[in-house]
Formats: sequence, C-alpha cells, structure tokens
Amino acid sequence: MSGFEDFLSDLFSLKTWDVIWPAILDTLVMTSVSTILMAIFGLALGTVLLVTRPGGLRPLRVFNVIFGGIIDALRSLPSMVIIILTLPLAKIIIGRSWGPGAVMIALALTCTPMFARMVESSFLEVARGKIEAAKSIGARNWEILLKVILPESLPGLIRAFTIAIIALISVTAIAGWFGGGGLGDVAVRYGYTRFLTHMLVAAVAVLIIIVEFVQVGGEAWAKHIVRKRHL
Amino acid sequence: MTEALTDTKAQPFIQIRNLNKTFAGRSGRGVAANATPQTVEVLKDINLDINQGDIFGIVGFSGAGKSTLLRCLNRLEEPDSGEIRIGDSVITSLSHNELLAFRRKLGMIFQQFNLLDSRTVARNVDFSLSVARKSKAARAARVTEILDLVGLSDRRDFYPGQLSGGQKQRVGIARALANEPIVLLSDEATSALDPQIALSVLDLLIDINAKLGLTIILVTHQLEVIKYACRHVAVLENGRIVEKGTTQDVLTNPQSDTMKVFVKVNNSMTSDTWREGEGI
Repeated sequence: MSGFEDFLSDLFSLKTWDVIWPAILDTLVMTSVSTILMAIFGLALGTVLLVTRPGGLRPLRVFNVIFGGIIDALRSLPSMVIIILTLPLAKIIIGRSWGPGAVMIALALTCTPMFARMVESSFLEVARGKIEAAKSIGARNWEILLKVILPESLPGLIRAFTIAIIALISVTAIAGWFGGGGLGDVAVRYGYTRFLTHMLVAAVAVLIIIVEFVQVGGEAWAKHIVRKRHL
Repeated sequence: MTEALTDTKAQPFIQIRNLNKTFAGRSGRGVAANATPQTVEVLKDINLDINQGDIFGIVGFSGAGKSTLLRCLNRLEEPDSGEIRIGDSVITSLSHNELLAFRRKLGMIFQQFNLLDSRTVARNVDFSLSVARKSKAARAARVTEILDLVGLSDRRDFYPGQLSGGQKQRVGIARALANEPIVLLSDEATSALDPQIALSVLDLLIDINAKLGLTIILVTHQLEVIKYACRHVAVLENGRIVEKGTTQDVLTNPQSDTMKVFVKVNNSMTSDTWREGEGI
C-alpha cells in the first residue's frame, strides 16, 4: 500500500478517533466555560472603560487612563505568559494550578482584556445623538447602558464576540501544556512530538470546522438582527 | 434665589438671565477643528424671556451658538454662569436627580431624529414612558394615543429603518411628547427633511401648539421655518443675541447683520420655491 493510503486509513481509524473524540469534548467544554467567563468580565470591563472615558456617562479621567493602561498592558503579553502568571490565581480560586479547571480561568483571563477593548469600541459605535436623545427624556445612566447602548450596538458586539471566541479557541492549544487537554494538546503531543501526522491532521481539521462553525454562526446572528431592524 | 424672582405670576414662563458658556477650543462642539486651542465663548450674556404657549424661534448662522443655547435649557450643555428658569423651576440649580426628573417635562427633537433602531415605533415611544416609570397599562394607552396624534398608528410595529425621514421625525415628536412635557425643544428638526415634508412636520408642531398649548422653541438656520411657524424670534450672532422681537417686526425691519443677510437671501427667492422643493 502506498503511504497516502496508509495515512488515510490511519486518519479514519477507530484508534485515532478514540483519542480525538474526548479531545473535542475537552476543547468544547474548555472553550464554553472560558467564553462565558470572558463574556461576563469583558462586558463589565468594557462598560467601565466606556463609562469612565472623557465625554462618557461618568467621566473619571485619571482612573480611565490607568485602568485602560492595565488592560492594554495585559493585551500586549503573549498568551503563554498570561497563563503562567494567572495559574497561581487559579490555585486560589479552585485550589489547583493545573488541569482543565485552572486552564479555563487562565484562558478567559488571556482573552478578556482584548474582548473588553472590543466591547468598548462596539459601544462607541452607537451614535452620540441617540444617547443625547435618551438623556433628553431623563433616562438614568443604567437605562442608557442597558436600553440604548447595548441593544443598539448588538450586531457589532456579536461580531466582536465571534472574533473573541475564535481567539479563545486558538489559545486553548496552549492549554495542553498545563494539563488542560483538548485538540491543541493532541496536535502537539501526538502530531508534533510523536510524528503521527494523521493525528495532527485530524485535530487541525476538527479545529478548523469548529472555528468555521463559530464564525458562520456569529455572522448569521448579527446579520439576522440587522435585517430584522431594516438597517 | 433672590426675592425679586419669587413672584412668578407676572413673569415670563421661561427666563434666561446672564447666561454664559465657553468651550475648550480643542474639543468644542460646532467649533472648527483648526480653531486656536484657547477657550471659545459660545454664549455671551444671554438674556431671554419666552412666554407660555409661544412658538419661539432661535435663528443664526452655523456656529452662532443657537444649538448650545437650546441644549442649556435641558442641560445637555452645562452653562458656565447665569440662570435659567422654566415655570417655577430654576434649571441651573437642579441637582442631578432633580434634573433627570425635570427632563421628563421637556421634550426634545433632533435634526438626525436619533431614534433607537433596535426598537419599533411603538417601543421607541414607550422608552420615554418607561423612563418615567409609568404603569404598563398607562404606557400602552399613551403609546396608542400619541401615535394617533402624530398620524403613525398604522406604523406602530415598524422599525425606524422602514420609515421615511418625515415619519421618523414624527416618531421623534411622539417620543418627545409622550410624557406630556411643558416645553418642546426642537434642534433643527426640519433641516434634514425635504421641503414639503418639513412643512408637514411644522404643521404638526403648530397643530400640537394649538391643541395642547405647548411652548415650542425652534432652533433653525432656515428663515422659512421662522416665517412659517414662529411668533417670536431671537437672532444669535457669535454667541450674542443681536436682535429679538415678534417675527413680523424682525422680518420687516431687520437690525442685525445676520438678519439682514437672511432677509436678503430670502427675498431673492420667492417663498413658493421653498414649497416646491428647490429653495433651501
């Protein structure tokens, strides 16, 4: 048999997929949990950035500069470094600095600063006039945030969220180093370390499918909202 | 406040006294981007009285400060000094929470309409009512009533993206009137509309003024709007009021440079061209 046929039969062998299936599950669980954490903290921090910036709903100049500076400093660090830095935090929160749980917290923290800035910039897309109109009828700041800025920026926010999830998936590959498991881990341990090309290809193919699924899904959701609003 | 101001009976409904406002040159609204980075005096010692039930025009060239003056009335712009009084309330000394409550008594409409694209026509109007903490039933009834008043009952479940400019401004008016304000502030509300549509929106405002006795303040750079709708007018030039009086007096005997230019330009076109959609 030729090498290519060998490769194909390896690629679709039960042995390969006995490894891949649990890895898919690991990746999905890791990504989902860190996505939820990232969404919560990213929205919260992005809102703080928006509200405190000059001309914002509650301008706090010095705080905004310092806080924004910290966010940007975190964004400039390589993911690997952030994970190493945040693992002790995981130890405090869940009592372990290794394994899937610890890695999920680290992953969320890796992508949260970026997502916070994306949330801020999506919010900034809302026309100033809409916020002024809300102010002119006496809306409170929380009403402006929840009833004007959030719904008006929703399509952009969903697109930003989609990009952030995909960034998160790509970072999960590093999680393997710290016992997180997942497809990235399979690609490194079997594909790279043991030269099992079919494992590498299988892991990568599944990762691509997941990412495409997220991208297409996010885009369709955003488009649906835009179409519903006749924009 | 001073004793002299406590007797409101004999006093005009809206009083503006010694109002001043400066912008930092760099970020100022309506200030050219290349202006010197010094402070710009946008409003200088403004004194103005407006009667209840009037339709009052504030006119001037762009950058004259007319929008800023209007926005001081609901403190979307904070004046540097001076006093504004509407009815019994001294706007300039309200606390933040008092200001929010008072803004519910002031409606405002805008050149760019500023509707919420995420909400239908009915829910745009309902936004005002929800901010004012009205009950669900009262809100539903008021939405129906007010959409009927502006002639949009058949569009209640449309999104702003499905409406024409004139219809959007009617929604803006409905939103502004939802909480039964005592004053309606109009910031170039007809400037983005085709002339015939602008006229129909002005007709609606005049109609509302007659029906509800609502005081309306119109900021505009279109003399036609003043002529068509306003009983009194103030002319702003570089942040100062250079002329004020009844519309007829100001138009027939203009004193300020601004008004002379306006009238001259206006006379070079017949008012009919405006109605036919070519004039502005």
